[in-house]
Amino acid sequence: MKPAPFDYIRAESLDEALAALKQYGSDARIMAGGQSLLPMLNMRLAKPAVVVDVMRIAALASPAVEKGSLVAPAGMRQAAMLARPGLAAEVPLLSLALPWVGHVQTRARGTLCGSVAHADPSAEIPLCLVALKGSVRLRSAKRKRSVAAEDFFVGMMLTDKADDEMIEAIAFPTIRPGTGYAFAEVGRRHGDFAIAACAAVVEQGRMRLAVGGVGDRPLARDLGALDGSALDDALNAFAWELGAGDDVHATARFRRDLVRKLGRQVLEQAAERANRRDAA
Amino acid sequence: MLSIEPMGHVGLSIERVEDAALLTGRGRYVDDLGTPPGTLHAAILRSPHAHADIVAIDKSAALALPGVIAVVTGADIQDITTGLVPAVRAKVDARVIGTDRVRYVGEPVAVVIARDRYLAEDGAELVEVEYRLRPAVVDPEASLAADAHVLHEGVGANLVSERSFRYGDPETAFQQAPHQLSVTVHYPRNTGSPIETYGLVATYEPTDGSYDVLANFQGPFSIHTVMARALKVPGNRLRIRTPPDSGGSFGVKQGVAPYAVLIAAASRLVGRPVKWVEDRLEHLAASVSATNRVTTLKAAFDDEGVVTALDWDQLEDCGAYLRAPEPATLYRMHGNLTGAYAIRNVAIRNRVVLTNKTPTGLVRGFGGPQVYFPLERLMHRIAVMLKRDPFEVIRKNLIPADAFPYRTATGALYDSGNYQEALAVAARDGGLDELKRRRDAARAEGRLYGIGYTAAVEPSVSNMGYITTVLTPEERAKAGPKNGAQATASITIDPVGSVTVQVASTPQGQGHRTVLAQVVADALGLEMSLVRVVTELDTAKDAWSIASGNYSSRFAAAVAGAAQLAAVKLRGRLARIAAAQLNVVADDLVFAEGRVTSRHNPDVSLPFARVAATSHWSPGLVPEDVEGGIRETVFWTPPELTAPDEADGINSSLCHGFIFDFCGVEIDPVTGKLGIDRYVTMHDCGRILHPGMVEGQVRGGFAQALGAAVYEELSYGQDGAFLSGTLADYLLPTATEVPELTVLHVESPSPFTPLGAKGVGEGNCMSTPVCLANAVADALGIEAIDLPLTPAKIAALAAAGDEPAPPPGHDKPKASTKPGDRTMRGEGKAEVAAPPEKVWAMLLDPDVLASVIPGAHGVKKLSDTHFKADVTLGVGPVKGRYKADVELTDLDAPRAATLSGTVTGGLGNGGGNGRITLEPIEGGGTRIGYTYEAHVGGKAAAVGGRLLDGASRVIIGGFFSALARKAGGGRGGPGFLKRIFAMLGIGR
Repeated sequence: MKPAPFDYIRAESLDEALAALKQYGSDARIMAGGQSLLPMLNMRLAKPAVVVDVMRIAALASPAVEKGSLVAPAGMRQAAMLARPGLAAEVPLLSLALPWVGHVQTRARGTLCGSVAHADPSAEIPLCLVALKGSVRLRSAKRKRSVAAEDFFVGMMLTDKADDEMIEAIAFPTIRPGTGYAFAEVGRRHGDFAIAACAAVVEQGRMRLAVGGVGDRPLARDLGALDGSALDDALNAFAWELGAGDDVHATARFRRDLVRKLGRQVLEQAAERANRRDAA
Repeated sequence: MLSIEPMGHVGLSIERVEDAALLTGRGRYVDDLGTPPGTLHAAILRSPHAHADIVAIDKSAALALPGVIAVVTGADIQDITTGLVPAVRAKVDARVIGTDRVRYVGEPVAVVIARDRYLAEDGAELVEVEYRLRPAVVDPEASLAADAHVLHEGVGANLVSERSFRYGDPETAFQQAPHQLSVTVHYPRNTGSPIETYGLVATYEPTDGSYDVLANFQGPFSIHTVMARALKVPGNRLRIRTPPDSGGSFGVKQGVAPYAVLIAAASRLVGRPVKWVEDRLEHLAASVSATNRVTTLKAAFDDEGVVTALDWDQLEDCGAYLRAPEPATLYRMHGNLTGAYAIRNVAIRNRVVLTNKTPTGLVRGFGGPQVYFPLERLMHRIAVMLKRDPFEVIRKNLIPADAFPYRTATGALYDSGNYQEALAVAARDGGLDELKRRRDAARAEGRLYGIGYTAAVEPSVSNMGYITTVLTPEERAKAGPKNGAQATASITIDPVGSVTVQVASTPQGQGHRTVLAQVVADALGLEMSLVRVVTELDTAKDAWSIASGNYSSRFAAAVAGAAQLAAVKLRGRLARIAAAQLNVVADDLVFAEGRVTSRHNPDVSLPFARVAATSHWSPGLVPEDVEGGIRETVFWTPPELTAPDEADGINSSLCHGFIFDFCGVEIDPVTGKLGIDRYVTMHDCGRILHPGMVEGQVRGGFAQALGAAVYEELSYGQDGAFLSGTLADYLLPTATEVPELTVLHVESPSPFTPLGAKGVGEGNCMSTPVCLANAVADALGIEAIDLPLTPAKIAALAAAGDEPAPPPGHDKPKASTKPGDRTMRGEGKAEVAAPPEKVWAMLLDPDVLASVIPGAHGVKKLSDTHFKADVTLGVGPVKGRYKADVELTDLDAPRAATLSGTVTGGLGNGGGNGRITLEPIEGGGTRIGYTYEAHVGGKAAAVGGRLLDGASRVIIGGFFSALARKAGGGRGGPGFLKRIFAMLGIGR
């Protein structure tokens, strides 16, 4: 379990990182915490020629609140976000989901943008970003663009990011009035990859459910104001459409059951919270 | 003889002398000890296939890499090694490296030796091995089929051992019993998972033809003989040394033995010391596994649930090779197959089969979990069937308290116990009545709550002869008797009278040095700090025997006992030396508080150090009939451990502790989560030498057992692919998952051990998995239940009724048929502008294929319908280079064709086939439809199983979308092509 040889560039500025990406393209990988990349290097699943470490770029460390969004830059660690005072009031869903991301040790190193770039289908941060209709800010040496989260994740560990681009930041929409959020996850152990993770957003009675760990990427479904058996039917359809598979941890059927049942539980919980906020 | 007094340290939870080093990072593990100058480093290239012939190995690219010194294959060490002999005479070619054939995923194929480990791994990637695949046999029951592919032609079948046994009169008991019931259990594969993996440094000394191997081997040292024989040297030319510390073993480090042979032989070839440290991927795939076993156990019993006979049918799966001491897992429990119960009639059929999985070996609990799971499930089922309380059914069957020492039907001699008292104390102090009330209250609310019970006898101090029960009495007579359990301890006094203890054990964190210091300090009347204990073992210099090592929970009962005997013997000599100087009789002297003092006159006294040093400084003062007082070595073996008798009775272990567990669990019907509300474990392990360490053993064993019950399984696909290659696949419980435990004790000292102690290290590994399963069965009201109790499995057992149907228009996925079937299936369609004829021509054009096969570097056309290509495949950052072989068959131009292919490369291997259909559509275009089946093995399956399905969809989808694009696509089905194009980075 030793990595294949690679060159290591510790970028001191965003420009230096982008220049490296421009020069090496698909032979380069950004390292932003390394909690997924390093095991892949050591197992020789990934063999990039160049690793570009962006964690020393001071400009990428601090979050910002702008235009109804909480913006997490590339260098922001998951632990720092979880410790952010008032996160539960700013982006309640993220504060519910972050404790499920790995373990305290991996959160101390791992970054939010790194998790989004890695695009593991069961990862919680991409799921929150999709559930909240957040966006991903990409940058290359020659251009900047912003992509809606739902368009960014295109498949298992596959994203809309081009080889010469890096994620500069991700933007989570902040809480809106009359909106309730809920999150639930089932894994084998705490901190494991989710067998299924469900994030619910209920706004003015309109329900949105995002599911991770079941399809090949986090996927959301707007369910309107259904209830009763109509909601069951909609959840059943969503469960089937996610295309669950079997693996050593769980069956496809179990995953679909979780979408149907856990999905309904989190929607009801989010609706209740939305009502409470309305009342308050 | 002096009495043993006073006892100052034994029985107290004294701070462990080991901990200061271990807790400050100063443990001295094998990797910490430094290496001789010039040491080279090895990486092992392993088979990605479960069963294949090795056609050719090309070392040239690896050897061309600067820093790579050698690539050692089976052919290279053919002449200087031979196979590892198993305990059963079977023509199993048990070499330590695959030579012309591999039989499990992870079997060594080549050892790359380089200046450092990085270079060795770089070199391993460059060794090209050509395999010819054979069918794999994975399931032990399937391995018995007449048409099953045979692993070892020399044996002629996969069944390598079969014996039947009969004790008492089981036929009559079954005939006369009013009731019968049977359970069938498929016990899964799991292992012990030490934090420190295997590690060793091997050196060949050409001047005297000897090997020196420093390895974190744990014993039994009977395997030293096996290793020396495999290296074709006499035992005195194989020096095995163990490091002072070992980072856990749980039996598993017995399995370093084949690697010691392999690396030692490689060291001889390169003429330099070679170091190898196993990594976690290697450890999970190919170190050692416990056996998986299929057991059908039948009981005859009366209306009260009293069992009168058992009928065992055990089918043991030892993996690809039978390696010593296997099939010991199957026979270790032979003497106690009736558990804690007074059952006099027993029939047994034992079969051992080989399959294409990692060879098995020692794992904590060794044979116990596999036996107690069916036995205690059966007791639970009997209670349910008779509508009785399982606690009462267990209690009624227990061996009477006045029957000890108790000879079981199968030959064990249970040393001591009072099982009824243990049950009563456990129920009282563990709050059983309250737990039942909690269950009733939960059930009244409609919650799923259950209680499980287990009684188990925990054997310890193995009889080295039990494994010969696998032989017939005639075969045993021919081979000569094998029995006993030699424990060894030496005590040395230096010229200033300080004491050093050396034992032939190999601690893995247990605290041997503390307990031995306690025992010897008490025997000699000293402070513990005056006694230093050395536990590293050197077969060239230390006293040892085949039973040496750290296994079968033998430390407290046998090794500490031997040290105590040595101390008492030495004390006897010192007493006579002191008596001569003090003019008293030796019996008058007491060793206490660092002095040797007359019982009758406290003024007649000498410092211990003065007496102890006499033999060094003034041997003339030592009475002539006293043989020195410098060193005492004791070899102790209990007389009770006799060889199997002619009726196959075997006292398989010296000590028999008792465990009674009960627990309450609650199940979440939605998430399948198993919540352990309370777990009570009662132990009788004889006299407790160090309560803190006993508690540590119980808690540690419980945590491992919880892993076996709920989380851990070494999974294999039907094709023999290994699927649990990382710790994200093989799940160990962490502190978060292990619930609080109530640990209770009663003490029935063993009359057979010097200190009255019994083993306690493995009990919960035997009792806990089935106790939890019994509780889950109780909660769900179900009969059949197998481990591990995963959320998906529990939710499926809890769920009522069929799954809701998919919505209209959504095809139900083709059901995966059998468990372990890992075939990935998928389908898709695309519409393109080109007519079917044009698309057809493209399919047969290597240039087109080169441009549409994802990552193809060059396509060679072998025939009109057969192509080879180098391709780079992967998803996201996970990319590997592969050789692809693609063939088109069942051609129905221009309507349909079957495309089949294989890929092999560093990240594994895969294969599959797909049916492509071309359908003309309006406007001159074509609708391309495809369905495929694919399977992946090797590293990709072992470490990336969770992601494989999605990855194959991406790669296969990528091929068709590229084809569609080439053919002028763009009119794809809603969303599909867009998505595929997006995946390929097109159309942004």
